[in-house]
Amino acid sequence: MDSHLRGSHYISSMKSIENLLPKLVLAPGFVLGFAFIYGFMIWNGVLSMTGSRMLPNYDEFVGLEQYVSLWDMDRWYVALKNLGIFSVLYVGGSMLLGMFLAIFLDQKVRAEGVLRTIYLYPMALSFIVTGTAWKWILNPSLGLEKLMHDLGWESFQFDWLVQSDTAIYCVVIAGIWQSAGFAMALFLAGLRGIDDSIIKAAQIDGASLPRIYWRIILPILRPVVFSTVLVLSHLSIKSFDLVMALTAGGPGYATDVPATFMFVMSFNRGQIGLGAASATMMLATVAAIVVPYLYSELRSKPHDR
Amino acid sequence: MIAKHLSRVLIYSVLLIAACLFLAPLYVMLATSFKDAEQIRAGNLMSIPTSINFESWKLAWSTACTGVDCRGLQPYFWNSVSMAVPAVLISTAWGAVNGYVLSMWKFRGSEVLFGFLLFGVFMPFQVVLLPMSQVLGFLGLSSSVAGLVLVHCLAGMAGTTLFFRNYYTAVPRELVNAARMDGAGFWRIFYRIVIPMSTPIMMVTLIWQFTNIWNDFLFGVAFSGADSKPITVGLNNMANTSSSVKSYNVDMAAAVIAGLPTMLVYVLAGQYFVKGLTAGAVKG
Repeated sequence: MDSHLRGSHYISSMKSIENLLPKLVLAPGFVLGFAFIYGFMIWNGVLSMTGSRMLPNYDEFVGLEQYVSLWDMDRWYVALKNLGIFSVLYVGGSMLLGMFLAIFLDQKVRAEGVLRTIYLYPMALSFIVTGTAWKWILNPSLGLEKLMHDLGWESFQFDWLVQSDTAIYCVVIAGIWQSAGFAMALFLAGLRGIDDSIIKAAQIDGASLPRIYWRIILPILRPVVFSTVLVLSHLSIKSFDLVMALTAGGPGYATDVPATFMFVMSFNRGQIGLGAASATMMLATVAAIVVPYLYSELRSKPHDR
Repeated sequence: MIAKHLSRVLIYSVLLIAACLFLAPLYVMLATSFKDAEQIRAGNLMSIPTSINFESWKLAWSTACTGVDCRGLQPYFWNSVSMAVPAVLISTAWGAVNGYVLSMWKFRGSEVLFGFLLFGVFMPFQVVLLPMSQVLGFLGLSSSVAGLVLVHCLAGMAGTTLFFRNYYTAVPRELVNAARMDGAGFWRIFYRIVIPMSTPIMMVTLIWQFTNIWNDFLFGVAFSGADSKPITVGLNNMANTSSSVKSYNVDMAAAVIAGLPTMLVYVLAGQYFVKGLTAGAVKG
């Protein structure tokens, strides 16, 4: 009796370990992961309310002063304006080009696989690699300008990269070139999910192909358009590498974006508090875009189990 | 009929012109890397190199200067290798275990936990730079490759968990239930049933993580020291070194070297990379 009791106790404690095991396995990862994501978020927030300069200094609490001085800085406005220009053109341009390529590729063309591979290869490269290449291509004297001169267009001038008011558009060009293939891949996946019979039926009704795409296909693709915009726009807010490789924020700080602003303030200028404040602003912007999306994605998903 | 032919011609010409535009920068990089200074000055971006000249590749690999350091890209390349290999393996294994629990051993609140973890895929890492550099200091890992490995594991974990979790969610429940009925435990099911059928998602995740970690610049520039800079940082320093004479051929050779590993992976296993890209966009 006694030993039987002990035995069942042993079995039940084995059972409860077996039940606990998944949670135990998950725990260290999630503790570390959440510390990395949310713990650091709070930590960064705390830092942004200190007067930290070269080194973090938690004794000097200044409240929202760093945010006030951030929004007083001309350089921060330049960064925001550049982000605005870059985001709109980069997201819009990549979407438009990607959509066109996807529609053309979807016309049962030969060598589709090869073409797709070509359109998408920039995504496999580092922005530093492509930025270095674009810097050479857009070089005012030896780059594109010389090519056009040699081709006979003597008056062609292209010095956007070194002019403070146009350099940001060079970043846009390189960014679209890098990401259009990504948008293409997403749209193509969406197009492949559409039943051919819809197009056939519309064709029998006498609708032209452009009209079919504009009036029928595009509305069906709305979720794909939506998630592509979302992914591209959060990428544009985070964009750092391309700017660093192409212009390093220059000339002066003419092509600064929030990500480079944050880095320069925190690591070069000894303005850690200010850098942390700008990081918080970036976080807030990304969260405003992403959180509603994540929420709706997780909500709308039918519970499979 | 003529209209039909015309539209085919139009479609193919648009696609081909686009392909040329996409390939042009790659051509410029390769062509420039084979030219000598004289050819660069005399020719233009698209001009074909008159001879195949590996001089600038040698320079870029072993003797080109970044600042005062004249060892070429070589040390940075190996830093990147010793950073990427462990970080890719650890973050992938970590994601596999997490995804396994989150899909096949769900518990109250596990979906909510997963939802909160997902934000880690999107968050701007600028937020973690300052706290992380302090933590690396506490751990004695500042400016070390080990520190970079740690950062990449933490930063990549949300994404790898997402990949595996979504893949395993599609696995029929009966498979695991039957194994459980037969008395197989948590780890046994994982090793014997789940791992053997994970090859596709394993490939996607490994390739995705490798591409991301190899190409990373933000963590590299923020957390590395003189002896632990990854290749992206080395390349950027080299290309932005302001010397009197700019050797674009060396810069381009360096850029190709830095891009070669991920390019190779893309060419050999592009389908997995594309799956990773699209999986990253379609969540939940």
